Amino acid sequence: MEDLAIRCHGLVKRYPPDVLAVNGLDLEVRRGECFGLLGPNGAGKTTTIEILEGLLRPTAGDIEVLGRRWSDDPRGLRARLGITLQETRLPERLTVEEILRLFRSFYARGRTVEAVLELVGLEDKRGARYERLSGGQKQRLAVACALVSEPELLFLDEPTTGLDPQSRRQLWQVVDETRNSGHTVLLTTHYMDEAERLCDRVAIVDHGKVIALGTPRELVARVVGQEVVEFEAPRDGVEEAALRRLPGIQAARRDGPAWTLTVAGLHVAVPALLDHLEARGVPLTALSTHRASLEDVFVTLTGRRLRD
Amino acid sequence: MTDPALSNAAASPAAALPAPGGAPRSPFLQIALARLRSFYREPEAVFWSFGFPILLTIALGIAFRAKPPDPVRAAVVAGPRAEAARAALAAGPAMDVQVLGEEAAGRALRGGQVAIVVVPGDPPTYRFDPTNPDSRLAHAVVDDLLEGAAGRRDVLAPRVEHKTEPGARYVDFLVPGLLGMNIMSSGMWGVGWVIVEDRQKKLLKRLVATPMRRSQYLLAFVAMRMLFLLVEVPVLVGFAMIFFGTPLRGRVVDLSALMILGAMAFAGMGLLVGCRARNSQTVAGLINLVMMPMFVLSGVFFSSQHFPAVVQPAIRVLPLTALNDGLRAVMNDGTSIAALWPEVAVLAVVTAVSFGLALRWFRWT
Repeated sequence: MEDLAIRCHGLVKRYPPDVLAVNGLDLEVRRGECFGLLGPNGAGKTTTIEILEGLLRPTAGDIEVLGRRWSDDPRGLRARLGITLQETRLPERLTVEEILRLFRSFYARGRTVEAVLELVGLEDKRGARYERLSGGQKQRLAVACALVSEPELLFLDEPTTGLDPQSRRQLWQVVDETRNSGHTVLLTTHYMDEAERLCDRVAIVDHGKVIALGTPRELVARVVGQEVVEFEAPRDGVEEAALRRLPGIQAARRDGPAWTLTVAGLHVAVPALLDHLEARGVPLTALSTHRASLEDVFVTLTGRRLRD
Repeated sequence: MTDPALSNAAASPAAALPAPGGAPRSPFLQIALARLRSFYREPEAVFWSFGFPILLTIALGIAFRAKPPDPVRAAVVAGPRAEAARAALAAGPAMDVQVLGEEAAGRALRGGQVAIVVVPGDPPTYRFDPTNPDSRLAHAVVDDLLEGAAGRRDVLAPRVEHKTEPGARYVDFLVPGLLGMNIMSSGMWGVGWVIVEDRQKKLLKRLVATPMRRSQYLLAFVAMRMLFLLVEVPVLVGFAMIFFGTPLRGRVVDLSALMILGAMAFAGMGLLVGCRARNSQTVAGLINLVMMPMFVLSGVFFSSQHFPAVVQPAIRVLPLTALNDGLRAVMNDGTSIAALWPEVAVLAVVTAVSFGLALRWFRWT
């Protein structure tokens, strides 16, 4: 059990009368990995993470965090975690340094305020009041507050939503460093590029359940294929069955005039597709291709886009 | 900047304890400091807590300052004997007498510029409105002066002592009331509102995700209340003593004990109104709902004795009534706190009940 940072089995969270936010979710996060929970808004990611953080009580389920249960010794467990909530506003009139000093005082051991300022790149903002910080700086400070304890397990709930590129890269670096020092990170995001860049493994969550689990590369290869071709064509010109028979094409899906094909060999599939359409006199518009991503995994599994 | 305990912890992450001799980390101190800084960096909050009560004292102290007695205003209708009557009346203390034509005198009486009109003659005639207290007073004074001028001798010749002393004036009534009101509103807003703001900002949730002891978060509010008293009371009482000569007849220790108890009672009520509300509009409504009746009923600006006897028992158990009555008794009458046990009991019960319920119902996340 010691190699698992989080073990969570059959997690259910019901909000009376009829909301089922988490519906039998299973999760195992290994020590030292960066694990991503992906899914659309309302999938149950935040509810799940807040239960794991000991902030919400589950309706049912069995949870161990760092080998402990929340009922055992909550304060002892909290001392080993670092947490950012999806939205927290820190005290407006306090300076960056004062806020960090406040949070540092809650932990018997951890990093210095100095070290944390450097980690998130806020050294020259130490004397600035929270109310004067930009959105990205506020978010970096929130992460800094989670780092003061030098946590064994770091929870980041949508840490980069709405951030400028610089703050985003800075936070990615923090995640890398945390993982490199052997600590565990659990993050939620709906940026697929971020998940692919940061996470060793991801779980795709929809309607309160894990619907796919694996490394980003593995998931893409298994669920989607290598490449995705998208084009538009009139409704009556093309048939799905005919497209599937073309060489290199693994799957085809239509949404109005828009087609999405998943493809094994682009160099074979695209000429075959063009020939096929030309032979039938179908006018082709808006042809594009891209490498398959986690976004395509989600669309393939649910038929919906992540950010609707 | 360089905190020895912290740098040591960083140098050897395995060390569970700060180095011997290193500054002890003190979460309670940090929470209290955060509270304090948030307060004094908000100029509006500082003004409403400290400046406003002083301005109110100045304004009301000036409006109700001790003035020389109002003169009795009388008109004498012009005629042959008018001058003799005017002279007789003007000889009295604090008299304002004028001679007017018949018609002008009537107008002055109707308009309230004079309280009585005297028509000289044998006998003279007094015209006034008996339902107007000023006119009745004027009648008594005018009649006395004219009878005296006509040769009446007083048989009793009583001695008169004038008394206008500190402790009996309006400003002396007002200052303890303002103190009580300020302790109430700063306690309710400073605890209830601030907690709900923290909850609405999810700061409360973020804090309970750390190993912070929840009791320390709450105790920091109590510490802030005490610190607040330490500043507010000397400022307001000192100001009133210097500029209005307001008395402090009781013992300072009794006054302090009463105010600490009052501050605790209202901190508890603030905690209670803020224990579940999720947004600050809700708690603002609740705070006003709780405070409004006490502003009116509990004798801040005028005595609660003006209300009918049937509601007096209800008014007596309001915490602000207990606090105001207690403060007045100590400051103006020099009563000792032992003699104020009913007031002390009300405040103690309010403190215990409100803290008890608030802690049971408190919503952290």
